[in-house]
Amino acid sequence: MAQLLKDYQVVEEHWSIVDEQAESLPCGNLLLSVSQRQQFASQLKQQDGKVGIWLDGNAEIEEIVESLLDLPLIAIKFPKFVDGRGFSLARLLRERYQYTGELRAIGGIIRDQLYLLRRCGFNAFQFAEGVDLSEAAKSLDDFSEAYQVATDQTIPLFRRR
Amino acid sequence: MNHRGTCPPQMYRYDSYDHKILDERVNQFRDQTHRYLAGEISDEEFLPLRLQNGLYVQRLAPMLRIAVPYGLLSSQQVRKLAHIARVYDKGYVHFTTRQNIQLNWPVLEQVPDILAELASVEMHAIQTSGNCIRNTTTDQFAGVAADEIEDPRPWCELIRQWSTIHPEFAFLPRKFKIAVCGSEQDRAAFLLHDIGLQIVKNSDGELGFEVFVGGGLGRTPVIGSSIRKFLPKQHLLTYLDAILRVYNRYGNRDNKYKARIKILVKAWTPEVFAERVEAEWEHLKEGPATLTHTEISRIKSFFTAPDYQSVDHAKLDAQLKTLGAQSKAFSRWLERNIQPQKQLGYASVTLSLKPAGVAPGDVTDLQLECIADLADRFSFGELRATHNQNIVLVDVLKSDLYELWQQAKAAGLATPTIGTINDIICCPGGDYCALANAKSIPVAEAIQRKFSDLDYVYDLGDLELNISGCMNACGHHHVGHIGILGVDKKGQEWYQIQLGGSANKNASLGKVLGPSLARDAVTDGIEKLLDVYIENRLDQESFLSTYQRIGIEKFKERVYGSTS
Repeated sequence: MAQLLKDYQVVEEHWSIVDEQAESLPCGNLLLSVSQRQQFASQLKQQDGKVGIWLDGNAEIEEIVESLLDLPLIAIKFPKFVDGRGFSLARLLRERYQYTGELRAIGGIIRDQLYLLRRCGFNAFQFAEGVDLSEAAKSLDDFSEAYQVATDQTIPLFRRR
Repeated sequence: MNHRGTCPPQMYRYDSYDHKILDERVNQFRDQTHRYLAGEISDEEFLPLRLQNGLYVQRLAPMLRIAVPYGLLSSQQVRKLAHIARVYDKGYVHFTTRQNIQLNWPVLEQVPDILAELASVEMHAIQTSGNCIRNTTTDQFAGVAADEIEDPRPWCELIRQWSTIHPEFAFLPRKFKIAVCGSEQDRAAFLLHDIGLQIVKNSDGELGFEVFVGGGLGRTPVIGSSIRKFLPKQHLLTYLDAILRVYNRYGNRDNKYKARIKILVKAWTPEVFAERVEAEWEHLKEGPATLTHTEISRIKSFFTAPDYQSVDHAKLDAQLKTLGAQSKAFSRWLERNIQPQKQLGYASVTLSLKPAGVAPGDVTDLQLECIADLADRFSFGELRATHNQNIVLVDVLKSDLYELWQQAKAAGLATPTIGTINDIICCPGGDYCALANAKSIPVAEAIQRKFSDLDYVYDLGDLELNISGCMNACGHHHVGHIGILGVDKKGQEWYQIQLGGSANKNASLGKVLGPSLARDAVTDGIEKLLDVYIENRLDQESFLSTYQRIGIEKFKERVYGSTS
C-alpha cells in the first residue's frame, strides 16, 4: 500500500485520486478535482467515504474557498517542483482562511523543499515512489529559526529577538 | 588596525539568531552536496539547490557567486576572501555588476567548506542565483553622499533578513532583484530592478518609499513603473510580501523569457498590477510583519556615523591643491577618483579595478589584502563594492589622500579613470560564462588600449561604456552611454553597438546604431563615435547630452558611411 509523510510520521495512504477520465466514482476516500466535484455532485451524496479536493497552482482560491473549508483534506498539486505557486496557496488557506484540515503537497515536490512547505502550512507530503520517507522527514527541520512570519510562526524574528 | 581609534566598521553585525540560521544553511547544503555526489539527488533536482547557494556550472569550471549585501564589506571579510581565493581558487576573485563577488574555479566538493569559511565572517552565497529574491543593491556612497535623503543601508538589511530563506518565495517564476535609492541622484539603477524603492519624505516629513516595479535589463529592457507614491516605512515588508505573492501566483511559468515581473506588469498594465497588490496588501497590512520602531532603531544603530574628527577643511583643501600642482598623476586621480562627502574634511575614494590588461572587476588575493589594509588604515575598516565593478573607501580624511594614493598606486588600484570611457562595465563573457554568445573581456581590453592617452580620455569626460557578452545583459549594455552587446552570427562573434542609454534617475535605454560589427572593427567604430561627439559638442557638453541633442544619425553615418 502506498505511503505518505504526515505530521512527521510515515503513514498509510487512505485516499485515492479519481482518474481524470473516470465516468463513475470508485469506493473509499476520494480526492477529486474541483470540476469532478461538480460533475459527480449527486453521486457524492450517496458516497460512504470521505471527500477531499486537489487544486492546481493556478486555482483562484478566493472564489471557491467557501466550499473547501469543511473538507478533511485539501491537496495542492505541484506540476513541477520548481513551480512555487502552491506555497502561496497553502499560506492563503491556512493563514487567511484558517483551514484546519489536512493540507497535502502532491505532484513533483522534492525532499529538500519540505522545510519550506511545512512553514507554508502543509502537514502532509506525497512523494514519487521509491523515496525513503523516514529519511526524507529529516529535511522537515532543516532550520530551527527563521526571519519571516509564516503558518508555523506568526511572530517575526524581529519581534522576538 | 585603524590609526584613528578602534571604531568598528559601520555595518550590520550578526547575533546568535543570524549565526544559527547561516550555520544551518551551510549544514543543509553540505548534506545536499553529499547526497548529490552519492547519486541520491538528480542533476535536475540539484540545480535549484546549488543555484540558491550561489553555485553555477560554467564553461570551464563551477562558479560560486558570493553575496555582498548591498555592497558592504569589512576589512576582515576581505581578508577572508583573499584567503579563500588563494586556498580554494586560483588566487583572484571577480567583482560583479550587482555588487557581488564571484570565484571562477571552485571545486564542487569544497564548496560547503568555502561556505563555512564565509559564515565565519558573517558572509554567505544564499540566493545569489536561482529564481528567488537576490541580493538587494544600493548606492555605494550610502551614508556619506551629500544628496542623501536617508541612509538606505538599514532598509537594505531589513530586506536582506526578510528575503533570506523566505518560505513562500524560493521558487518564483524567475529571478527577482530589489534596489533601494536613498538620494536625489540615483547611483543604484533602481529603476532597472524588479522592485525599485525610492526613499521619500511626505509633506508631513514622514519617511516612506515610492515603489516602482517591473524594471529590468535582459532581453526585454524596461524602466520600472511607479505603483505607489508613498508607502509609510513600517509597511515595507508587508507590501513586499504582497507584491511577491501576486507575482508568485500570476507570473508566467511557461516561458522563461516571459517570466520576469516586468512582463506581468506590462500585460496587466501598472495600474491593474497596483490594484492587485493593494488588494492583497489589505490582508497583510498592520499584520505582525509590520515593522516596529524598536526593530528599525535596532537596525539603524549598526549604521551610525563613525568618529569623525573636526578638521580645518579649508586648510586640507589648500594642501591638496598644492600637492596636486606638484604631481599631475595625483591631481588626475583627485579629479576622477575622489568624491566629496557631506562630512567636511572627508572624501570617498574609488579604487579602480579597471587597469588595462586585466578583466574589469578582477582582483588578486594580494590586492584584496592590500585593500583590506587600506580600509583599516584610512576608512574605519569598511569598504564597498560598486555596480561599476570598483571598490569605494568612504570616510577618508583629506589629509590622508596623498598617502592612500601612493599605496593604492603601488598595488595597481589607482588607475585614474573612474567615470571615463576606460571605466568599462563588463560581464565575464565568453571567456567564462556558459550563457555568453561572445567574449567581452578582450573587447574591453582593446578599447582600454586604444584609448590609453589620458589627456584624450579626460577630454572626453564622463562616458559610460558597458559591454555584455549576451542579451542577458549582465554588463548593463542597455544603459551605457555607449553599449556593446556580443551576438552570435553563424558561430562568429559580432558586436552590436547601442547609443544613449543611461542608468540614472532619467533612465533611458540605448538605441541600436546599426548592423553589428566584427570584433576587430569595434574599436575603430567607437573612435568614429567619439569623433562625432568631439566635433559636435558644445562647451562642456557630455557625450550623452550631445547624443540627446543631435540624435543618432550623424553617428550612424560616420560608422557605416552615407545612409542615403
